[in-house]
Amino acid sequence: MIYADNAATTKMSEAAVNTMVSVMTENYGNPSSLYTFGQRAREILEKAREDIALAIGATPKEIYFTSGGSESDNQAIRSAAEIGRLKGKKHIISTAFEHHAVLHTLEKLEKEGFEVTLLPVHENGLVVTSELEAAIREDTCLVTVMYANNEIGTIQPIKEIGKICREKNVLFHTDAVQAMGHIPVNVVTDDVDMLSASAHKFHGPKGVGFLYVKKGIRLTNIIEGGAQERGKRAGTENVAGIAAAAVALKEAVSKLSVYGETVTKKRDRLIAGLSEIPHSALNGDKDLRLPGNVNFCFEGIEGESLLLLLDDKGIQASSGSACTSGSLDPSHVLLAIGRVHDVAHGSLRLTIDESTSDEDVEYIIKSVKETVEYLRSFSPVWRNLVEGKAKFIL
Amino acid sequence: MALYSEKVMDHFRNPRNVGVIEDANGIGEVGNAKCGDIMKMYLKVEDDIIKDVKFETFGCGSAIASSSMATEMIKGQPLSEAMKLTNKAVAEALDGLPDYKMHCSVLAEEAIKSAIEDYEKRKEA
Ligand SMILES: Cc1ncc(COP(=O)(O)O)c(C=O)c1O
Ligand SMILES: [Zn+2]
Repeated sequence: MIYADNAATTKMSEAAVNTMVSVMTENYGNPSSLYTFGQRAREILEKAREDIALAIGATPKEIYFTSGGSESDNQAIRSAAEIGRLKGKKHIISTAFEHHAVLHTLEKLEKEGFEVTLLPVHENGLVVTSELEAAIREDTCLVTVMYANNEIGTIQPIKEIGKICREKNVLFHTDAVQAMGHIPVNVVTDDVDMLSASAHKFHGPKGVGFLYVKKGIRLTNIIEGGAQERGKRAGTENVAGIAAAAVALKEAVSKLSVYGETVTKKRDRLIAGLSEIPHSALNGDKDLRLPGNVNFCFEGIEGESLLLLLDDKGIQASSGSACTSGSLDPSHVLLAIGRVHDVAHGSLRLTIDESTSDEDVEYIIKSVKETVEYLRSFSPVWRNLVEGKAKFIL
Repeated sequence: MALYSEKVMDHFRNPRNVGVIEDANGIGEVGNAKCGDIMKMYLKVEDDIIKDVKFETFGCGSAIASSSMATEMIKGQPLSEAMKLTNKAVAEALDGLPDYKMHCSVLAEEAIKSAIEDYEKRKEA
């Protein structure tokens, strides 16, 4: 089996699993309990907070544990909106290709009277900072731009955006779910006010995430109840998961430069190999992308059938095809970079990591080539293109 | 739990009647405006009996499997019987499809009807 869907989720690292098991079996106390056994769990929790803060250049008090990326995004955006509302500022800037955790929260806020500007991300999948700067108004209360896109992997100019927001005195949130543990992230040098992350994307457990919130920014609760997380996120802490998340992040950050170098090489070999398929195109900028992300469109075929046949060959991948979405719409990310429906239908996302060998890469290239050719052999769309009855787009 | 039944996967992996009939006398091509799947059906009709049928499909696993199953179900049948084929019958013959995939099996029914209409139009002409 070749697991090439690390953007969907990752395998937990051995150290993270061991940490989780040891906390669950040996230190299962409630951190809110005052006896020693409970306080030992509290120590583990606070050590994890320190480690995570250190890994991203924050202070421990600026880290709030959540159930994952979605919750962090919801809380960050809701909080900034609330701060804005109190000042009469009800304009939010984001991008057209954010994760639905961001987009759907913004849609809700629109219904509550907020105005949302979604910046275009252009053919290369990148925000243009001058366009962002021009979109900022007197009443803008938040800019939320993802660090790296989950489908096409493009890395946004976060530092520049942070600087603009600082100068214009606007809160800046970034969904760093895909970036965390894959490329260097530092909340100070990146000038971000709020940042979302999710452990299962960096070899930690599912259902654990965190929100970085710069000191002085007032959070609004999404979950009301007990006084956990300094009263900002109720619910008994997932101590084992949080401890494992911290271990996983420390591990990922410690090998970031080696990871970046080796995985980028494999990624570029994959891109070169798949580019040999006629009438195909890479989605998103070739260089400003996550080390492990490869995303292609192949004209004349549909993505789900490609995925099923690759699965038969032992390769796990994903697609932005309408038929795989369950919603009948092709990926909003591919539409945002200007791919038309037909072409977006034939998309393939491969997200590799350091465990993907060079042989795996060659096997993937060979398998995708064969499968695309096979599916084209009985595709009426491909026939029309080849016979000149329709024009090739790619 | 797998996404599709074993029957769907069998017809998807080994589609029956794939390809083109060069001297087809009824051709239908239909597209699904919703998800973008496209199906093309070729018929060779003799004495109002479907002697041969082939298909080409651009679409998901369920679109390919329902094309394959539908062609099996109408091969050798009189046109009047083939006209009665419903997407429900195709889905049932495949041991069911996920709810949100039912629209893909509609294509097979529509492609067959469109090919038969084409045959009848040609006959009149
Ligand atoms: C960019 C991005 N944001 C948010 C999320 C949601 O994270 P979680 O699954 O932890 O809620 C994901 C995960 O798919 C993601 O890729
Ligand atoms: Zn379909």
